[in-house]
Amino acid sequence: MNWDIIFGVSLESLINGTMIAYALAAIGLNVHFGYTGLLNFGQSAFLGVAAYGLAMMVSTFGLPFWIGIAVGLLGAVVLALLLGIPTLRLRADYLAIVTIAAAEIVRLLFRSVSLSEWTGGSDGLQQFSDDFYAMNPYSGSLEFWSISFDERELWVMTVGWALVAIALTIVFLAMRSPWGRVIKAIREDEDAVRSLGKNVVSYKMQSLILGGVLGSLGGFIIALKNAAVQPDTYGTEFTFYMYTIVILGGAARVFGPVVGSMIFWFLLTFVNALLPTLISQGYIPTWLMDANQAGAVGYILVGLGLVLLLIFRPQGIFGDKKEVMLDGR
Amino acid sequence: MADDVTVPPGVAKARAALKDVPHEPGAPKQDPILVADSVVRRFGGLTAVSVDHIEIQRGAITALIGPNGAGKTTFFNLLTGFDRPDEGDWKFNGKPLAGVAAHKVAKQGMVRTFQLTKALSRLTVIDNMRLGGTGQKGESFWKALIPGIWKKQEQEITERADELLARFKLDAKREDFAGSLSGGQRKLLEMARALMVQPDMVMLDEPMAGVNPALTQSLLGHVKSLREDGMTVLFVEHDMDMVRDISDWVIVMGQGKVIAEGTPDTVMADPRVIDAYLGSHHDGTEHDAAEVAAEVPGADAPSSSSVDAAPSSAEGAKSEGGKTDE
Repeated sequence: MNWDIIFGVSLESLINGTMIAYALAAIGLNVHFGYTGLLNFGQSAFLGVAAYGLAMMVSTFGLPFWIGIAVGLLGAVVLALLLGIPTLRLRADYLAIVTIAAAEIVRLLFRSVSLSEWTGGSDGLQQFSDDFYAMNPYSGSLEFWSISFDERELWVMTVGWALVAIALTIVFLAMRSPWGRVIKAIREDEDAVRSLGKNVVSYKMQSLILGGVLGSLGGFIIALKNAAVQPDTYGTEFTFYMYTIVILGGAARVFGPVVGSMIFWFLLTFVNALLPTLISQGYIPTWLMDANQAGAVGYILVGLGLVLLLIFRPQGIFGDKKEVMLDGR
Repeated sequence: MADDVTVPPGVAKARAALKDVPHEPGAPKQDPILVADSVVRRFGGLTAVSVDHIEIQRGAITALIGPNGAGKTTFFNLLTGFDRPDEGDWKFNGKPLAGVAAHKVAKQGMVRTFQLTKALSRLTVIDNMRLGGTGQKGESFWKALIPGIWKKQEQEITERADELLARFKLDAKREDFAGSLSGGQRKLLEMARALMVQPDMVMLDEPMAGVNPALTQSLLGHVKSLREDGMTVLFVEHDMDMVRDISDWVIVMGQGKVIAEGTPDTVMADPRVIDAYLGSHHDGTEHDAAEVAAEVPGADAPSSSSVDAAPSSAEGAKSEGGKTDE
């Protein structure tokens, strides 16, 4: 048993680019779902729009990197407006329906054949990250015990953690302000907030934009880390992982999404590294599970673990049980 | 009400203002804060509200009563912008309010509470209160990120909130989640929170619903104190004892229309009101308005128009005209 490698990759996943991207996405979703009570089931679309905004500007149209970033961010704002204007006046469940549909529309547009001239179809786009890696100050890889990051990964992580720090600061400052108080009050009862003279629709829109833009930062990280965009990265299961992460960490807690993302990826990586080893060493008989099935079983075990966690700790890691148990009257 | 030994100035003022107002639906008031004309709201084929004319006296406590389904809450929702009428106009403090969004109505100084209390459960009591503060700089997103801009105003709002909490005896609950309060305390919190908006007019939708009798007196006291503070109160209520106790003027709705107006005692003796509550055709017995009025204690002479009221049962009238809570 090579425990060094198993723990090495698991520990890497606590801080690597993938975890950061999910954390950013979940920070945005936490603004929507945790603080405002908006049921956004299309968060993956915000990441997709940002990633494709960047990739298309640079790769398809040959524009500079920073224009790509600006277009990606603008894309997230426009998507928030498109989703919000027709639905935020309606009951909360309409937003859920519209967002889940919109996310699929966005993904299918990216992979549609008729647009493949610009989006690359189901193959996606590459070669848009050169400018990003040209800024890389690192020249060698980092090796420590059985943990290793190459210089590209290090650069992605540096930028990623900086973005996480900025996103958390914004959420922290916003949510302890009177603005955040209105946002949290809308989660509790929007008619009450309306009766106190606050423009609820406008606040919900601001929240949708803020969470979408914060989430879109995760889209940039995924795109740059892979140096490629592919439409199926941004499917609905992505959004459900984000929900898992938000609830795991504790909804409406500033650090919840980051810690949730760490736990999620640590468990997933650990199980996915452990099971194949156990099979190859003969600890798990092949009639029970072979190496090809290990990946699926990994998800099953992680899912089971999360179910148990939510049964015995419904408030997540950071949540306050007393608060969660209050009924929503 | 008439038995009060000392009459507080607010009550005296309200009574004086309403002394000469005719006891007729749509009667003009000396100094109306709210004037509504031909407000109609239909739900499909049903006309839920059809109010020709209504005026609410400034500085008085006006009760809006009527049987279930009379359109009281719908009318409330219309006035406060929570629902849109099919037609109609109304002016609040001289400014037209028809078609104005609910949050703007509140900003203009007309604040409502809800029949089903809306405490913001997972906010603390003090945060519930602070939310009511108007014109907060920190409520705009970019300014919110810089605490220096709103800290001072936040302190002022908190001071005012603490004063109100002390007045409503909720100061011990300051840091508790609103969701942990009892039903009556939530009613108190909702009323206190509405006062944070510093309204001219407070609209209370069934303030006594679900409140235990011990707390009723304290709630009644708070409603009366609003009048002493110069605010106008319009409230919907089913509890006739409360209506009789605190209101200066009563407006009765039935089937979407205003069917009677007057002081509490006259209205409760009005055969049209009794008909509205008990139905006018239940046994077909001819009914004499004067006789009915005479049987209801504390009633003044019936108003002239009650002569053409539809036949009703004297028996029904005897069984306490108003007390027909669901």
